[in-house]
Amino acid sequence: MAAVSTCGPGPGNRGSEAVAVDRSSATSFQRRGPRAGGTDGSGLRLVSIAGTRPSVRNGQLLVSTGLPALDQLLGGGLAVGTVLLIEEDKYNVYSPLLFKSFLAEGVVNGHTLLVASAKEHPADTVQELPAPLLDDSYKKEFDEDGCNDKTPDSHMKMKIAWRYQLLPKMEVGPVLSSRFGHYYDVSKKIPQELLQTAKWHGFFLPDNMPSPLALEPGHLTHGYTMLLEFIKKVISEEGVDGSNPQKKQRNILRIGIQSLGSPLWGDNSCCAESGDSGHSLTKFLYVLRGLVRTSLSACVVTVPAHLIQSKAITARVTNLSDTVVGLESFAGSERETNPFYKDYHGLMHIRQIPRLNNLICDESDVKDLAFKLKRKLFTIERLHLPPDLSDAASRWCAQDPARATPPLGPGCSGLARGEKHLDF
Amino acid sequence: MFPELNHLLNTTPDKAEQGKLTLLCDAKTDGSFLVHHFLSFYLKANCKVCFVALVQSFSHYGIVGQKLGVSLTAARERGQLVFLEALKTSVDIFFQPPVEPHPLQFLREASAGNLQPLFEFVREALKPEDGGEAKWRHPVLLVDDLSVLLSLGVGAVAVLDFIHYCRATVCTELKGNVVALVHDSGDSEDEENDLLLSGLSHQSHLILRAEGLATGFCRDVHGQLRVLWRRPSWPAAQRDRSLTYQYKIQDKTVSFFAKGLSPAVL
Repeated sequence: MAAVSTCGPGPGNRGSEAVAVDRSSATSFQRRGPRAGGTDGSGLRLVSIAGTRPSVRNGQLLVSTGLPALDQLLGGGLAVGTVLLIEEDKYNVYSPLLFKSFLAEGVVNGHTLLVASAKEHPADTVQELPAPLLDDSYKKEFDEDGCNDKTPDSHMKMKIAWRYQLLPKMEVGPVLSSRFGHYYDVSKKIPQELLQTAKWHGFFLPDNMPSPLALEPGHLTHGYTMLLEFIKKVISEEGVDGSNPQKKQRNILRIGIQSLGSPLWGDNSCCAESGDSGHSLTKFLYVLRGLVRTSLSACVVTVPAHLIQSKAITARVTNLSDTVVGLESFAGSERETNPFYKDYHGLMHIRQIPRLNNLICDESDVKDLAFKLKRKLFTIERLHLPPDLSDAASRWCAQDPARATPPLGPGCSGLARGEKHLDF
Repeated sequence: MFPELNHLLNTTPDKAEQGKLTLLCDAKTDGSFLVHHFLSFYLKANCKVCFVALVQSFSHYGIVGQKLGVSLTAARERGQLVFLEALKTSVDIFFQPPVEPHPLQFLREASAGNLQPLFEFVREALKPEDGGEAKWRHPVLLVDDLSVLLSLGVGAVAVLDFIHYCRATVCTELKGNVVALVHDSGDSEDEENDLLLSGLSHQSHLILRAEGLATGFCRDVHGQLRVLWRRPSWPAAQRDRSLTYQYKIQDKTVSFFAKGLSPAVL
């Protein structure tokens, strides 16, 4: 009865990066490896999809989020079939960069895109995607920016905090094969010839306004219902749900939904006092996750979490998504002038990482992360608070770490949190 | 199933208790490892299991089940496991109205009054076979998880009613067990969830509560598990018994140890 011997990809199964889609269940969570008793040759043919790689932990198929540092923090990349929720920063300056990098990664890899927005027309979004940095010019960018920012002091080796020098920076060096994870230059737009080859579908809410008498199932906001139907239509057209096994080369569908939950979608979740009224947003996320799970797609949703008044809804939205990442920018807060954070533009919180097909997940040990937008690159780094060197000089700022650390402290990974802020 | 957890709970697949409602609760951490434990435990105990999986797909449980020594596909084929994969069927039912009453019908309603179709599905799945000879031992209902029903527009009272009906049918009438997972939202002021959690805590016989450590993230100790026995079956012990352990989740098992005695610290 117990099939203990077949758990784990055996040594004989490693070889090509491949995925086999089981047509009977049509989910994307399939292990690599031969299936016992397969009779249909075409269904068994293992095809490799550009821009994906299997996870080292459980053979899960991963795609890059467009930001190699974020890929590393999420355990290799975004799993196909899951939803990544990005909590927008307050003035929505940095989360569009993540969103566009995700889409640009799809263009570079030849994936199909689906862009949905209530505010900006998808055609404009697609035109403004950042340009990918080619491998040779990438190194130049890093060195150039590094020299401009550093003061002469930091060129000297650290004498007191010498252990910090030994720790690796969060930024990942250029991957040797440029197939997975690219760097993007946010100051330049994507070249037109790349866009010509890209296949994308757009959903702009004002173009799909309702006929007032239609009654929607489940009483979702009309915009959400239209969007779900659009996504379902695109999924079956593109065949990413495994319905046409022999027809085309299998491809990944990247879905990007911008500012979900904002009043522009006709949703009043932001104003709701408690969790009772209005389940549009949560129902939408549930059905979206069902659609994404049963197809070869990866979805990124940005939510203006700072607008949502009710903590109950925020908690429910977090529980309904697979991966949750939050951006907290310093703009407009007192931390903008705090000398501790002078190099960075904001903090990044990894709030939840899913445990897929596994009891454990690849949780990064680094809990305090910060991001910064250099002239051309958006990077995520580990935040090092400088050490308290002397008693007298730093007494005025001795209160600052105590105020600053509470947001950093409770090692939020969605997996284990506590009230105090001691991480060890 | 995790052998160490069986030791703590003082059960083995052979002498599993009957007629119990077990509540799994997680606060600030992920308690799904407990669901995997009970699923494989009851499958190994040769019970008929009805699993209402609202948050993950079949292959997810199947792959973890293989690591724990049970094959879900084989169990489903021989009729031991009835699996309701809500993620997949919710898509179908959302876009087209169902022909006959469907267990997930509440998705189509604005705010569902009751979960009766779901209860009918459970009762149908676990009813004893008419053949006379019982292939399986007592029936078991597993729900993962109940908090998501609140997000889908079902009220807390409706969920409590559903569990009450299931308990009456499965525990009392069919002498089986019910295991359900609820998230504890803690300080996020989710009143419906608190209502659900306190209502269920009151009527359950065994509560397993997985919490994050009070001090935050730790690489070697993933959390703390509180076991609370209520209404113990032996008349000698009058008070409810409670134990606390800390745990670390590994690839194929979970190891438990007394508080502060993690092997990494000693």
